Amino acid sequence: MTWYAALGAVEQGLVYGIMVIGVYLTFRILDFPDLTVDGSLPLGAAVSAVAISSGVNPYLSLLLALGGGFCAGMVTAFLNTKFKILHLLASILTMIALYSINIRIMDGPNVALLGSDTVFDAVTRLGVPSHFAGLVVFGLFAALVVGGMVWFMGTEIGQAVLATGDNPQMITSQGVNIHVVIIFGVGLSNGLVALSGALIAQNQGAADVGMGLGTIVAGLASVIIGETVFGCQTMARAFIAALLGSIVYRLAIALALGLELGGFRFNPSDLNLITALLVIVALITPNLKRRLLAR
Amino acid sequence: MIRLEHIVKYFHKGSVNEVFALNDITLRLAEGDFVTVIGSNGAGKSTLLNCIAGSFFPDSGKIFIGAGDVTRWPEYRRAALISRVFQNPLLGTCPSATIEQNMALAALRGQKRGLGRGVKGSDRERFRTELRQLGLGLEDRLLDKVGLLSGGQRQALTMLMATMVKPEVLLLDEHIAALDPKTAGHILSLTEEIVASRGLTTMMITHNMKHAISFGNRLLMLHQGRVLLDLCGSDKKTLTVKDLLEQFYLAQGEELAMDSLLLG
Ligand SMILES: Nc1ncnc2c1ncn2[C@@H]1O[C@H](COP(=O)(O)OP(=O)(O)OP(=O)(O)O)[C@@H](O)[C@H]1O
Ligand SMILES: [Mg+2]
Repeated sequence: MTWYAALGAVEQGLVYGIMVIGVYLTFRILDFPDLTVDGSLPLGAAVSAVAISSGVNPYLSLLLALGGGFCAGMVTAFLNTKFKILHLLASILTMIALYSINIRIMDGPNVALLGSDTVFDAVTRLGVPSHFAGLVVFGLFAALVVGGMVWFMGTEIGQAVLATGDNPQMITSQGVNIHVVIIFGVGLSNGLVALSGALIAQNQGAADVGMGLGTIVAGLASVIIGETVFGCQTMARAFIAALLGSIVYRLAIALALGLELGGFRFNPSDLNLITALLVIVALITPNLKRRLLAR
Repeated sequence: MIRLEHIVKYFHKGSVNEVFALNDITLRLAEGDFVTVIGSNGAGKSTLLNCIAGSFFPDSGKIFIGAGDVTRWPEYRRAALISRVFQNPLLGTCPSATIEQNMALAALRGQKRGLGRGVKGSDRERFRTELRQLGLGLEDRLLDKVGLLSGGQRQALTMLMATMVKPEVLLLDEHIAALDPKTAGHILSLTEEIVASRGLTTMMITHNMKHAISFGNRLLMLHQGRVLLDLCGSDKKTLTVKDLLEQFYLAQGEELAMDSLLLG
């Protein structure tokens, strides 16, 4: 792997890491497997890109994206809690609906950001070389999100979120309305995913309706890698592990794509297959280990 | 004070699986009453406590706790007035949170939660003092995850957490049934201590007739969703297990007689 490819992978790992933090919140903390993210990542990208091309400040466009993602997550959680639709199904419904909505927002399958100012321009103007701008901006946002989440999970409300995923009966008996917590938590998760999508769009100069495909699988793979490699004993450690897991995942993908076995090479389109296999292995390993040890 | 008026509860009403779980229950507990509740499996004991706690709404009837009518309050809202300890020790605490985090969650029962720290430095000393009462050494393990504790330790912690904010009524549903005899004895005396020292209004379901007689100042026997026996004061004090069993078989005998009448 070239130095340049590695840098690119770390950059990707950081920006998708924000999405992974969101996935960690639903998948691990709230115990709410949420596929909305495949739709809320491009939603964030679309909102930000359209906002910027109509003259909105790029930072403000990030906030709009976050808000949009938050609403999408709330819809999923609302369907689940108030109408008792299975969480997976509820999230698939929102995800599918978002496909159409994203095309409506962009008035087409994609939007290019030719020549518009983005959050990266502010950094390059400060004198940061442009090939480092991504690293700086993504690193900053990722650190902010991790720090914010660690702080939040330590608050009274954050502890209630933790307890809702852990033992809903207990926290209900303590006077917390778990429906509100789930709606807020899934909203927050998708807000982060949309923020990640918005940053990606600003970085690559375009939003595309197809860019969300496989987000959840990449998110899960990163979460699992993070937990396995870096552990999750405390909340701070778990979030940092999720972020690092995302970086390791992107590096692994870059390595795999650079691999050459005889005449065989992986295509970028093989990525989803590789990731799915990775998640499957990670999910069944604990089970297999237990069975082998039981013998 | 807690008052039930003509509570009726069906499960699966109108289907072939229909269960008539509570049949017109009217009940009034005075402040500080400690009521033991007995009855055979399926008598409706848990349903009664769940109804009071708001796990589901009754089909008809009214529930008053303190001064107000709470019949239509959802469970989380009633939690401000009610503490519960379940038969399953896993239900009362969060396994992946630490002991101090669990206690902090319980210390805010029924109150607004905000963006302050979940566990404050000033809480710790108080938590330690409270944990010391349990005599289980948990005061030195504030940062241990509760999932690491044994069922008995978790149940003891749950008992403590249930009374960190004084409830209008404490509901105990066979809360020692899943524990070994020694731990069960310990939790039971802890219960008596806490209930007595704080003067809590309490309902305790048990299958142990001796416990039902020796604990509390009042005894209810449920049968087929109805209150079959309601004894307090000296009536309860002079009660023996034999009396109870007689009552019990009398009720069931009537049922058998009815069945044979209908069938015969
Ligand atoms: N959620 C529910 N759905 C359907 N039926 C229920 C439900 N909860 C209780 N029942 C039924 O209501 C009746 C009363 O049950 P309940 O759990 O109150 O009995 P109990 O007196 O607590 O018995 P046990 O001593 O076995 O705990 C039973 O016939 C039971 O099958
Ligand atoms: Mg029961």
